[in-house]
Amino acid sequence: MHPLFLFLSFVALLSALGVVFTKNPVHSVLFLILTFFTISGHYLLLNAQFLAAVNIIIYAGAIMVLFLFVIMFLNLNELTEPQKPALAKIAAAIAGGSLLLILVAALKDIVPTGAVTGTAFNSQIGMVDQLGLKLYTDFLLPFELASVLFLIAMVGAVMLGKRETGERNF
Amino acid sequence: MIELPALGWQSIVIFVVFALSLLIATYCTYAERVIAAFLQDRVGPDRAGPYGLLQPLADAVKMFTKEEFFPGGANKVLFVVGPCLAMITALMSSAVIPFGNTMSFGNNAFFLQGIEVNIGMLWIFGVVSLGVYGVMIGGWASNNKFSLLGAIRAASQNISYELAMGMSLIAVLMISGTLSLREITLQQSVAGEWQMWNIVKQPLGFIIFLVCAFAETNRTPFDLPECETELVGGYHTEYSSMKLGLYLFSEYVNIFVVSAVMSVLYFGGFNFPFQYELRDWFVNSQGWELNSAQNLITLMGAVGIFLKIFAFIFFFMWIRWTLPRFRYDQLMRLGWTILIPLAVFNIVLTGALILFGVI
Repeated sequence: MHPLFLFLSFVALLSALGVVFTKNPVHSVLFLILTFFTISGHYLLLNAQFLAAVNIIIYAGAIMVLFLFVIMFLNLNELTEPQKPALAKIAAAIAGGSLLLILVAALKDIVPTGAVTGTAFNSQIGMVDQLGLKLYTDFLLPFELASVLFLIAMVGAVMLGKRETGERNF
Repeated sequence: MIELPALGWQSIVIFVVFALSLLIATYCTYAERVIAAFLQDRVGPDRAGPYGLLQPLADAVKMFTKEEFFPGGANKVLFVVGPCLAMITALMSSAVIPFGNTMSFGNNAFFLQGIEVNIGMLWIFGVVSLGVYGVMIGGWASNNKFSLLGAIRAASQNISYELAMGMSLIAVLMISGTLSLREITLQQSVAGEWQMWNIVKQPLGFIIFLVCAFAETNRTPFDLPECETELVGGYHTEYSSMKLGLYLFSEYVNIFVVSAVMSVLYFGGFNFPFQYELRDWFVNSQGWELNSAQNLITLMGAVGIFLKIFAFIFFFMWIRWTLPRFRYDQLMRLGWTILIPLAVFNIVLTGALILFGVI
């Protein structure tokens, strides 16, 4: 296996464990950001440059900033963290464990595209131009629907930000 | 001669770009004072060295020798990580900026650019969006209410203005059809054609980008994260010695990078008027080889882009000493209800102009 792949996987797993096991929520968020970076590294190894860049911009650059923002406001720490009853912890462990089991069972026999010789696989599909062509030909309708959804969300945000008539705080 | 097997030409370019960003950021601190003095009709720094040129050095010595202070109850690790992150993210983005065209020596040719990737613009955008972490982490780890307020302001300000910035970039993308900054630069000047810089095609997009650039670099009139009249010093209230230095320094590196991005995207990057005519004149009338003429043009282009960058840096400082600071609600309203709708309008307008073949 590629040494870079091993290194990235190692860091990804370690930081993902860090997200769960660290006590401080701010540290959790920072570990999660590190995890996103290693996942972007994996995307780069898989020749998916666009996905790698967008993963950084959206997840590490925007969503995690919002996470951090909220957590800083709440100022959570060990003292204020509510103690969960043992029953809830056991139930969570069982639920999480069975999810892991289902995922492993579902994914263990999967053959990746291109692994079997003879199947057509375009190694350039992760590049920006190829991905764009694919999105605008084969997946045009879902793509446009998603963009309309985003536009609506954005208009909603602007509407919420607008000052209502008569409202004057300063 | 010592052999450096791991270093190719490209690594030398990367190292030079790195050194230049630091040097320019250093002298930005000097330029800021000189320009402030000029605008306020004062003398400015003139004691250290001729014309005060050694002032940045004196500042550095002061910064390094000051007491290193950790506030009580601060998160020690993150308190140190904050300024480091601010500096790292500031320095990372200059990797993809083309500072010049190709240099060729015999059969070897290399770009005056750190790395040429076809996601250059996305890289810049990604790194810019990461820049806020340094401020946020530092402000939170200080365990100070003013720092925390500064950090939270920085976060909401950056997220709000990133949206408009990204959408003004999309309009540039629509006319260029590529994410590679080198390609975008080359498209703005084609041999034998009357080709305009992108500023002519994208005046509205440029203004939106410029306003967002001020907000993303936390410069006046958008310097609310530090805002000394309300928050003492904002996110860096508790910082001292070189950790504070890194924060201030990273701001200047960011200004340099953002100026470079604006030069590349809207002002033709390393192109200058009549460059192809000049090259042909060297080749035809002066009997130069094509390669050496091209190299000379490349070097002149590199000087050109730096002149454009310096002009933008001057503009940043000019604005700082001219305009007062926005109030926080004004800042948010400008971002969400003016800039974002304008950016969407700019995208629609650009699309229509492309559709009807105007640009």
